Amino acid sequence: MFNFTLETQNKQNEFNMDITYDFLVIGGGPAGLNASLYAHRLGMTTGIVTYDIGGQLLNTNEVDNYLGLPNDSGSGLKEKFFNHIQAFEIPLLEGIYVQSVINNNGIFDVYLSNEAQLKAKTILLSTGSLPKKLGIPGEDVFDAKGISYCAICDAPFYKDKHVVVAGGGNSAIESALDLAKWAKKVTVIQRSKFRADGILLKQMYANDKIEYLLETQILEVHGTSSVEGLTILDKQTKQKRLFKTEGLFVAIGMNPNTGFIKDFIVLNDYQEVIVNEKQETSIKGIYAAGDMVNQPHKQIIISAAEGAKAAINANHYLKLKGE
Amino acid sequence: MKSLLTPEVSGQIKEVLKMMDNEIQVILFTKNDCETCEPTLQLLEEVSVLNDKITFTERSLTDDQEQAKAYGVTLAPTFVILDKDNNFRNFRFNGIPAGHEINSLITALIDTAASKPFFDEKILERLSKIDKDINIKVFVTLSCPHCPGAVSNAFRLAMSNPKITADAYEAQTFGEISVKYNVSSVPKIIINDKYEFLGNQPIEAFLKEIERV
Repeated sequence: MFNFTLETQNKQNEFNMDITYDFLVIGGGPAGLNASLYAHRLGMTTGIVTYDIGGQLLNTNEVDNYLGLPNDSGSGLKEKFFNHIQAFEIPLLEGIYVQSVINNNGIFDVYLSNEAQLKAKTILLSTGSLPKKLGIPGEDVFDAKGISYCAICDAPFYKDKHVVVAGGGNSAIESALDLAKWAKKVTVIQRSKFRADGILLKQMYANDKIEYLLETQILEVHGTSSVEGLTILDKQTKQKRLFKTEGLFVAIGMNPNTGFIKDFIVLNDYQEVIVNEKQETSIKGIYAAGDMVNQPHKQIIISAAEGAKAAINANHYLKLKGE
Repeated sequence: MKSLLTPEVSGQIKEVLKMMDNEIQVILFTKNDCETCEPTLQLLEEVSVLNDKITFTERSLTDDQEQAKAYGVTLAPTFVILDKDNNFRNFRFNGIPAGHEINSLITALIDTAASKPFFDEKILERLSKIDKDINIKVFVTLSCPHCPGAVSNAFRLAMSNPKITADAYEAQTFGEISVKYNVSSVPKIIINDKYEFLGNQPIEAFLKEIERV
């Protein structure tokens, strides 16, 4: 009736702050968790530092494209991943942000939000990403006042209302399907064509509550105390018009969480970490994986695989160094 | 009556509750004509029997007014937890702790039963300097995976300084209160009805807003 989603509690309260880790994972999403599993099994002294567990899995309702785990949810998959890590008793420091990383003669000093410091011989950066904003007038004014970036969190506030989803990728269509369970009507507005998987689009087309506008751009958000409408532009006719809505869910992609290493690691124009086929970054001994790297397909299974690659290559790197 | 918790979830909760250090008392306030009171009562009864250290009591918001007043309870369903010394620990959960909020309930049980402080010395020192009355409201939905972290932070702050109280509001049960505070995204955190922020923020973000008061 109430669909209980129990989270595994972090049982490893003892995280040794005084040792030098062979492999320190920064970030607790699929990339970081899988990397820690591989590194631990390879025999490296491994630790995970993260603010939360799951990363973008937490913002995903249904997951049906992870091989071997059909018809699951983001939270369900997170639990399975985390339970696997817990079974190996890999040390985990939770509720902490990494503020900076400094190369200290081949050993990396990692400075934490609680003013503590860690040391590591190799590091995996896997801090994921945050939702991208539209960057239009009214967006900041009505943030959390009718504008949301998390459909599964906020859908209940839009019961029997008309809402708009901005975007045309998998996240946008998943958001529209989640919202249709509560809202009376959902309009998906996409500035070009749909980019979502066919199976999701098929579900959307079959849903009577969801309609869509392609080649349409959202220019401005209007309202008084909360969202009341949008100015939209039909890109083909060049006509602008006011579109009434009570909510706007933005799902137009993600921005990588790379601010804390932007002066240390080479990033591309999208602020993603540039990695090679070994997940190596511009700094020897530092690897990166998942949604924060310059790989266009942001998928759970790809992030997890990149984490595995990074751990294997870090182990190889340490062996070549004679460690 | 059919159980709300599946045997699998009951087993998981039972295992997790082994982390409880001390005995605690859970008090749920209910009233008539309250849609979520009955399932909340059933849920808390089902969870309470999973560990001998938990004593569960149901109280009526209308008939047990003195006790409700002592804990600042004005809504139903609302639960509070007393520690091993029967001290009210300054937090209330208003609504049903189902969905993802089952985690707020479990963490609150373990935390109220804990012997150790929740924060390091630097945070405790900042907390000790707070001498004004502070109320933290955290609005949540049952489908929000980010919300239990914010609830736990607020409850731990309330347990760590007697000047701080914390209220979690499950927004679907208390829709009118959510509208009053213009909540349309969660977790939304409001300090003394004045300063607000959004998301499962670190404890430092809570302290920064509290220190502005």
